Amino acid sequence: MSQRIEQRFADLGQAGRKGLIPFISAGDPLPEATVAIMHTLVAAGADLIELGVPYSDPVADGPTIQHSSERAIARGVGIAQILGWVSEFRLTDATTPVVLMGYLNPIEIYGHARFADDASAAGVDGVLIVDVPVEEAETVALLREKGVREIFLVAPTTTDRRLAAIRARAEGFIYYVSFAGITGASQLDPLAVRARVEHIKQGGSIPVAVGFGVRDAASAVQVAESADAVVIGSALVATLAAATSRDAALAAAHAFLAPIRAALDQAVRR
Amino acid sequence: MRYASANTNEQATNMSNRIPVSDFHAYPDAHGRFADYGGIFMPETLMPPLEELAAAYLAMREDPAFIAEFERDLKHYVGRPSPIYHAERLSAKIGGAQILLKREDLNHTGAHKINNTIGQALVARRMGKRRIIAETGAGQHGVATATVCARFGLDCIVYMGAVDIERQKINVYRMKLLGAKVVPVVSGSKTLKDALNEAMRDWVTNVADTFYIIGTVAGPHPYPMMVRDFNAVVGREARAQMLEQYGRLPDVLTACVGGGSNAIGLFHAFLNDREVAMVGAEAAGEGIASGRHAASLSAGRRGVLHGNRTYVICDDNGQITETHSISAGLDYPGVGPEHAFLKDSGRARYVGITDDEALAAFHELARTEGILAALESSHAVAQAMKLARELPKDQLILCNLSGRGDKDVHTIAAREGIEL
Repeated sequence: MSQRIEQRFADLGQAGRKGLIPFISAGDPLPEATVAIMHTLVAAGADLIELGVPYSDPVADGPTIQHSSERAIARGVGIAQILGWVSEFRLTDATTPVVLMGYLNPIEIYGHARFADDASAAGVDGVLIVDVPVEEAETVALLREKGVREIFLVAPTTTDRRLAAIRARAEGFIYYVSFAGITGASQLDPLAVRARVEHIKQGGSIPVAVGFGVRDAASAVQVAESADAVVIGSALVATLAAATSRDAALAAAHAFLAPIRAALDQAVRR
Repeated sequence: MRYASANTNEQATNMSNRIPVSDFHAYPDAHGRFADYGGIFMPETLMPPLEELAAAYLAMREDPAFIAEFERDLKHYVGRPSPIYHAERLSAKIGGAQILLKREDLNHTGAHKINNTIGQALVARRMGKRRIIAETGAGQHGVATATVCARFGLDCIVYMGAVDIERQKINVYRMKLLGAKVVPVVSGSKTLKDALNEAMRDWVTNVADTFYIIGTVAGPHPYPMMVRDFNAVVGREARAQMLEQYGRLPDVLTACVGGGSNAIGLFHAFLNDREVAMVGAEAAGEGIASGRHAASLSAGRRGVLHGNRTYVICDDNGQITETHSISAGLDYPGVGPEHAFLKDSGRARYVGITDDEALAAFHELARTEGILAALESSHAVAQAMKLARELPKDQLILCNLSGRGDKDVHTIAAREGIEL
């Protein structure tokens, strides 16, 4: 059973560093570049990779990730192909955790038992299903049995009663949504985030990653003051979308992430 | 694992058929489930407001003051009760069973949709929410929402697919006249499902002061229950009218099913009357075999869309696919979870009616009875005509004429090559 997520956060804690989690839509901008982009992101300082599973009706996503999903869907990208990419990534990277992020219907149609088996076999470490709240978590309980971590969202609207239920169930890390809104919006309020993250961390030892609204080195550093890790999605996806070749996509991925890694490490040392 | 099985209609049907249903009025359960269907599949940000809404609504539905307020507006503002009309000339022409029409087209704003929007606007007002959002396909729910927002002095924003805006221009202008802001949705297929996505994105962003009035019996709990409750007045009224006018219940009910709000509205009061058969008419578009249809129950598979588990139309990767119907109001790739439950339990059956069959029924009703039915409702009329041909003269078919057809005259003229 994989312990990659726990190991990674333990290593970060010992080193006194903050985790950097880039999100990319699997298959965008070019399906043949996805595995290479994942390796490039690791080389540029990623600690964990979130791989978006495209879905036709992403209600929590803003235009950047919507359009990215539409492009991937137009190229026929689906779960089987994405799990193949994770297997390929694992051939040369045995330590970087990979978390799939998406919506329930593609998994429902793939089949829950088959998905749990295949995701585990491919080397997927965790799954975050945006439209599966803790109440409906039994729907994907087979993942847990196969050692794939169930990652849950916590939002600014989450009540303490709900937070307790999520903490009791959550594995790997908690993904805190920094504001009530959709991905890619710019409503980040660092002070409010700090208060909420500290509140979430009071109840236990599970690491907290913060996403939504983190777009560059400055916002990453602000969020990392309280969070264990920062997630950067839309800004990276938009950068990659402009690339017209595989090499351009890899260069763009590295150029985007490396300065954020450097700023995070420097901020911690200060 | 409850849901681990493969997604075939046969398996789903067999699984649920093992569970005999003693009381159809006992659904949904506290989690919003209709046996295997329904539930709350939503992002965490919206879970607390959904919990708040469910708690508030559960209290209101037992509150005599709330019920009285709702019924007062149904009577004096909507104009209820709507009559049951015996379509004698149509029935005689077919020569079989008698077709009776529940005239929801005579309601204020011209469709059953106002029953639900009055109810939800009252809930919103009691919860102190002044900003109303809604999605609309044909524009009927948008008009009904804009109407009640004007009536109650609430701000109104309606999301509508760019494709639907083009084919329902009159309703778009009607909403604007009523003071609503209509926001075109250009994502995805630019139709009803995308309007719903965009309304949810608005809600997740403006969750503190906004109330989302969903127009059909879909969405996350408590919407399928709440929208059903507000439309169930149709069946309650009809049941009493049948006993009064005919001394007995109808033999068959029929209604069109897109999301399914007018159908569940008619069916619900009769669900425990096992002798009353029920048939839902879905949009078969250009025919199920053509792939261009919106018949989720007849040709879809078990999945999750817009917060509930139900039958959906999607590809093998789980991507929701584009649907087609001549009627914008039926052009939706999901269906209310209670209908999925009624299908699997065998209590109701669901059949497809093509664009051509619906159009033929539209013309037949216009010529024999002087009624222009909405294209949505024309699917139900077509099914009632089919049933009438099969059944003896003394049988009674009660058909929900859920809306009037004025909004569709441009669509029909364009299809028939007539320039207005």
